[in-house]
Parts: sequence; structure tokens; C-alpha cells
Amino acid sequence: MSYWNDIMTWAQGQSTQLLGSEWGPPAFSTGRALVMIVMVLVPILLVVLYYQLVERWVIGWIQVRKGPNRVGYKGILQPIADAIKLLLKEQIAPAGASKALFYLAPVIAVAPALAAWAIIPFTPGWVIADVDAAILLMLAMTSMGIYGIIIAGWASNSKYAFLGAMRATAQMVSYELAMGFAMVCGLMAGQSMNLTQIVARQDGNWGFLEWFWIPLFPVFLIHYISGLAETNRHPFDVAEGESEIVAGFHVEYSGMMFAVFFLAEYANMILISTISSLMFMGGWLSPFNFGFLRDAGPAISWLAAPSIIWLLAKIGFLMFVFLWVRASFPRYRYDQIMRLGWKVFIPLTIVWILVTGVMMMEPIASTPPFSIWFGK
Amino acid sequence: MATRFKDIVSSLMLAELVKGLSLTGRHMFKRKITVMYPEEKTPKSPRFRGLHALRRYPNGEERCIACKLCEAVCPALAITIESEQREDGTRRTTRYDIDLVKCIYCGFCEESCPVDSIVETDLHEFHFETREETVYTKPMLLAIGDKYEAEIAKARGEDAAFR
Repeated sequence: MSYWNDIMTWAQGQSTQLLGSEWGPPAFSTGRALVMIVMVLVPILLVVLYYQLVERWVIGWIQVRKGPNRVGYKGILQPIADAIKLLLKEQIAPAGASKALFYLAPVIAVAPALAAWAIIPFTPGWVIADVDAAILLMLAMTSMGIYGIIIAGWASNSKYAFLGAMRATAQMVSYELAMGFAMVCGLMAGQSMNLTQIVARQDGNWGFLEWFWIPLFPVFLIHYISGLAETNRHPFDVAEGESEIVAGFHVEYSGMMFAVFFLAEYANMILISTISSLMFMGGWLSPFNFGFLRDAGPAISWLAAPSIIWLLAKIGFLMFVFLWVRASFPRYRYDQIMRLGWKVFIPLTIVWILVTGVMMMEPIASTPPFSIWFGK
Repeated sequence: MATRFKDIVSSLMLAELVKGLSLTGRHMFKRKITVMYPEEKTPKSPRFRGLHALRRYPNGEERCIACKLCEAVCPALAITIESEQREDGTRRTTRYDIDLVKCIYCGFCEESCPVDSIVETDLHEFHFETREETVYTKPMLLAIGDKYEAEIAKARGEDAAFR
């Protein structure tokens, strides 16, 4: 962090010197934003690449198989091989497709999935855009992703793609609501829409008991399950039900255009895991963040120190659960998905908004155990 | 009422889903049953029916006497035999073709053979790149028999008690 600040101060001085006081500061802030975007996006793209390999491994292990282990040592070059294969493949647009929209759809799908990372803080201060309406921006961005899917299904001029897009759209719109309401609970408890401040409110003397997943437990589960549905993952992946509609909305896409949809789906999965770990699982706070451990001396207090490693571990765990769930459960029937979304999740989240409100009201908020979360 | 309440609570706590996840979670750490094929192979029975071969007697004489029982019994009509009298007066095949695309590897030819000439070896790793290659001719079948005589005799010996 200190090196980063030193470099930034130096760069700011240089740009002001070179471009003058009028053009220097905006040039510096643009340049800094670009550097940070690269620093966030490159690891995300690498993680997406390897998430796909880990998915195949985990599903293999759960099915008592070994998974891919041929390309490179234990298969670690497999994603590279897949990427090269996809790059070399021909890109075909169906004769009846609406060409401009057909080529635009993957871009519309992937852009919001990556843009939403702008508001994700990795440690305090490590955020591209530290805006106050971060959650609002996140919800807006994830909603935009649906347009990519609708356009892909419509522009393909294929009945399978169209059906897949219809299913995906209805499903994502329904679960968007439950997810939004779940986030409302999170931001009520955090008393802010800024993710850094929500995490800061989960800091305290009781370690992982301070995190919002305990008072908001049903909402935490709903947020995660809605995340599964939102990204069209198992067991809610009827949008690409192989047995009925081949591959759903991206059936007509090949080569890199398919890879871009793939990228968007996996980037969204990582995003959901990140939001969940920030809002409900304390972000970069240590699970052993107990007051007595912090005061116990340098031999132990490092355990209680906040660090990006804790955040990465939490994200990694939630990402693993995505795969675990995929390997465990059969697909939901479509009407069951809709029933779950509208008749179970949305009423439950609305009720829990009220419950959260009651828990936060004054005489209750300052009595234990509620004072742990709401008494600050 | 009480059981209904319990049902609702357990479904809200995802009790059954957690049970399923714990089962798959335990499977994740089990010993993997994958056989890494070209390096590792599963054991084969001595009765395995793979690529055909024509055998010879230890003195080098070919066993086949052109009785055409295999041709007659073959349900897929994969075998074609033509025979003639040889200089020493014995009846021998001049043509013995097996179309391996027609062949269903039933083993009837081997069973019908009175002199144990046509056999099915345990070779299963063979392939064709043209349509012509799918027909194995007499010299090819004899060559396979010559090359794998030891293995063929060993498999027949192991299975002899059950024939």
C-alpha cells in the first residue's frame, strides 16, 4: 500500500509538471483508473480461466473421477489449450440472424459483468470507484447483463436460442427481485450503500459472530441461491437445458463469441460470491477478529488482523459451493423455479426486511444479542 | 401442527440439501476409480473376443482344412473362403477373408472350428483408415497367428477346463 501511494504521488506530480495544472490532474486520475482497471480485470480473467478447470476437477472428484489431467502437469494447462482452441475456431453467424445485434450481444453480456467490479473494495481503499451508491450501481449493472442474453436469443433467429433467452430472462428478472430485497436487508444492517462501510460495520470484538450472516441468515441463503439462479447455474440452468433446447441462448454462437458469454457467466459467479462475502461474511475481516485475540500480543494478533487473504478465502469458498451445488443437485423444473422465486424468496425477503427493521429499532438494537450487530 | 412447523423450519434451513451436499462432499475425498487408459488397462478375460487370427501347427503347417464351417456359421456373413487341392493332395484355402466391419465378434467361427485354426485373440486396439483395410486376408490373419501364438495358446489353456 505504501509503495502504491508513493508511486501515485510521484505520478501525480509528474503529470501536473508535464501537462500543467489544468490538464495534469484529470490526466492523472484517468491514468490511475486505467491502471487499477487492469489490475482488477487481469486477475479476474485469469481466475475465470482457471475457475473452469477447477469446476471440471471438483465435479470429477465428486463423481469419483480424476478430472482433466492430461494437458501439462496434472492438467494445469487445460484452460490455455481450451482458449487456443476457441480462438482458432470459425465464427459463424446464422444466415437469418440480425448481424449487428448478433455480434453486439456478447459485448452487452460481458461489459456489465466486468463493469460491476468497479465498486468492489478488496481492502479498505482498494476500490476503483468508491461511490456511495455502490450497491445501486451493482444492481443496475447485473440487470444490464440480461439484455445481452435477450439480444443473443432474439438476434440468433433460432427457436432454441429464442426459447433459452425467454427462460433465462424470466428467471433472471424474477430472481433479481429477491436478490435486490436481500441486498436491501444487507444495506439496512450496514446502514450504507457503500460496501467498504458495510464491511466496516461488521468489525467488532466478536469475530465471525459480528458478521451479518447471523441476523440475516435466511436472507444470506436467499441471496446466494438467487445468485445461482441469476447466473443460470445448476440447479437453475434450464436456460441451457441440453435435453430440450440444446444450449439455450448461445446455441448459435461459436468460437470466441461463445467464450465471451462463458466469460460473462463465470465473471458473474465470482461477482456474486464477492458481494456475498462482503455483505454477509465480513469481507476482509478475519473470522478470528475477537477483541481478546487482538490484544494477545504479536504472536497471535496476526490471526485477527484484516487482510485481503481472508476476503479471497471467503470468495473462494463461495465459488467452490457453486461447483459443489452443481455436482450435487438435479435440475429444477421450470415452474418450480418460478414458484421458488415468486412465492418463497420474495415474501421471505420482504418479511426479513421488516424483521431487520425491528431488530434495528432502539430498545431492541441495544440489548444483547442484537447489540452485537446493531448496537454500534 | 407441530410436525408441519418442523417441516417448514427444516426446509427453510435447507436440511435435505445439506444432507445431499455432505454426501457429495464425502465422495470428493474418496479414492478415484479412473483407469488412466493408455498407461493403465483393466484386466481381460482369456475368453475375450478381439481381432481374429489363423493358427499353425508347431511344425509350421497351417491348421485350416477349408471345411468352411466358420463361413457357414458366421451370422454376419463376414467370412469368405475359397479352396483348392494343394500339390500334396490336401485341401487348403486359397482365400480366407474376414470383413472386420461386418464381423460382430460373436466367436461362433472359433467354436465351430474342428482344428482350432480360426481364433479370436484378445487384441482390441486396432483401427482402419480406408474401406479396403477392413478386410483381413489369409496372409494377414496367419501373420497375426504367428506373432501372438504364445498368448493365444496361453488363453486357450486357461479356458480349456471350461470348454
